Amino acid sequence: MAEAVARIGGEIDNTQDVPGRRENLILGNQNDSTVTDVVCRIVETKPTKGWFIALFFSLSVLGLLGILVPYLIFTGIGVWGVNNPVGWGFAIVNFVFWVGIGHAGTLISAILFLFRQKWRTSINRAAEAMTIFAVMFAGLFPGIHVGRAWFAYWMFPLPNQMSMWPNFRSPLLWDVFAVGTYFTVSLLFWYMGMIPDIATLRDRAENKFRRLGYGLLAMGWTGSNRMWHRYERAYLLLAALATPLVLSVHSVVSFDFAVSLVPGWHTTIFPPYFVAGAIFSGFAMVVTLLVPCRAIFGLKEIITLRHLENMNKIIMVTGLMVGYAYGIEFFIAWYGGNAVEKFTFQNRAFGQYAWAYWIMVSCNVISPQIYWFKKARTSLVIMFIVSIFVNIGMWFERFVITISSLANDFVPSAWDYYKPTFVDIGILIGAFGLFFTMFTLFCRFLPFIAISEVKAVVADQNRAAELALLHSTQPGEAPSGAEPAPAGAGG
Amino acid sequence: MAQPKGRPVLVLGEFESADSLMVAAEQVRDAGFTHWDCYTPYPIHGLDEKMGVKATALPWFVLGGGLTGCFVGFLMQWFMNAFDYPFMISGKPTWSVPANIPVSFELTILFSAFGAFFGMLAMNGLPRFYRPHFRSERFRRATNDRYFIGIEARDRSFDPAKNQDLLSSLGASHVEVVEE
Repeated sequence: MAEAVARIGGEIDNTQDVPGRRENLILGNQNDSTVTDVVCRIVETKPTKGWFIALFFSLSVLGLLGILVPYLIFTGIGVWGVNNPVGWGFAIVNFVFWVGIGHAGTLISAILFLFRQKWRTSINRAAEAMTIFAVMFAGLFPGIHVGRAWFAYWMFPLPNQMSMWPNFRSPLLWDVFAVGTYFTVSLLFWYMGMIPDIATLRDRAENKFRRLGYGLLAMGWTGSNRMWHRYERAYLLLAALATPLVLSVHSVVSFDFAVSLVPGWHTTIFPPYFVAGAIFSGFAMVVTLLVPCRAIFGLKEIITLRHLENMNKIIMVTGLMVGYAYGIEFFIAWYGGNAVEKFTFQNRAFGQYAWAYWIMVSCNVISPQIYWFKKARTSLVIMFIVSIFVNIGMWFERFVITISSLANDFVPSAWDYYKPTFVDIGILIGAFGLFFTMFTLFCRFLPFIAISEVKAVVADQNRAAELALLHSTQPGEAPSGAEPAPAGAGG
Repeated sequence: MAQPKGRPVLVLGEFESADSLMVAAEQVRDAGFTHWDCYTPYPIHGLDEKMGVKATALPWFVLGGGLTGCFVGFLMQWFMNAFDYPFMISGKPTWSVPANIPVSFELTILFSAFGAFFGMLAMNGLPRFYRPHFRSERFRRATNDRYFIGIEARDRSFDPAKNQDLLSSLGASHVEVVEE
């Protein structure tokens, strides 16, 4: 490559779409060993001061959760702001928010895998880890939301002395199964993807403890081709299974609302609207996490501008879908001719929770519009800010849906205003502490990038470069041996 | 484990690139070996054909898992809500398939995923922490940047000296015999 490399703000620009030329997804002159080194270095070198500061900060925020959740359990849900019409407070808002965040990981690893989007390989591991940690809250929040947390096991169909069973016609029970399955399948998918990379760490391990720890996790993986054959088939099948699963999970979460009769909840648009919103918020969280991580861990050549730009494009598209859903909800409220429904939506935009509604609209509908401009899609500062806006906006979306519909339902005499207490807010913030603690630990102890998958991309890339070189010197002659894998979309 | 120490169990040939491994794999297959394998840091497409690896039966495990999950889902809901403790809720039938679809669907996916994950582990013989390969220092690079062909002692044509010569002649940059 003699030609000068184009750059955007110090980053190599591989975001061009020139017909007939495929931009490299992995930059620098990489080969198998450089990819291994770059990724394993994160785990093998001594943790930096920055990492310790991040861990300390996350742990102290986590402490908030550690204090407030026991306080809640010992005192009762009176410490929350929930009142008579608004029985679903921050716990449910947070639950839906975190499950939504959890959708990006499986979308990236399963759906983009089925569509042969090779750019997923650089980001899927971190996104899947994020999914696992986010979905953990899907267990925490309903668990404390039930009030008497020691009876949370009543959600499961366990034989008991009352010989009663849960009601399978309730969407809340569907949720138990949907979220439980989602967590389990995501965990299996994540772990299975990591087995070969953990084996790499095992084989490079210098001391006994590492060797033992990674050795146990790698389960004796050798990288034999017969193993790879079954492994790849299992991976494909898991991806094919996770794809309908990821779409079903947030649909079922939306049924919690849509199957009820509360105005503002009882709409058929909820399942697709929730799924789009989940993908939207999930990708925003991936961008929020990866922009700093790629700089801290020196992964700029593996997680390139193109990866980030692609994610920003998805954020824009799903943002438009979410905006469309907001619009259609109003249209149907008017067109449906139901007075209560009509009032609910007028009330959302102009009632006592109008402030939350307009925060939601500005963050979710207006802020991603900046991505029509390529300059914004490739600017690290702008994408970081927008991703945070989207996170905020999507949290407020769940707040608006849950709270405003309950606070002002059918009869004005039943109305009230829901105000969160410091316990509500503390638990909301504390959850971020747990999330970042888990993520910080993940960065240090497990392979942050799917090493073996990136190697396959690099091998394809190098082969394409060789072929191009050969083509320019001796037309019509190609080297024998390994065929390049079927050309995937460059993304 | 009763065998005396020093019995050769594996011949390993190390290759520098995926291309040379491909070519060699074809030759080893044609030489009639059955208990041998290639070891690569990432899955190399096209190697299955060169090695003569047949398509795995794994999808059948997944299908079996899925059917089991679906059946278990419907059976559980019928048993709990319509048979063991029929309970009238908002005048709806106690056994109504539409309301039972979400849970059955999720269990179908869950059991299929178990089929895929545990099926893969079982067919690959994982977890298995001891393998003769791990006795070789050089083999540690098999998960990093080197490509290996290994011929196992249970193969009929296993003969350390001859196999080593074969692998060297096929372009292996280094060959070694792993002993028990």
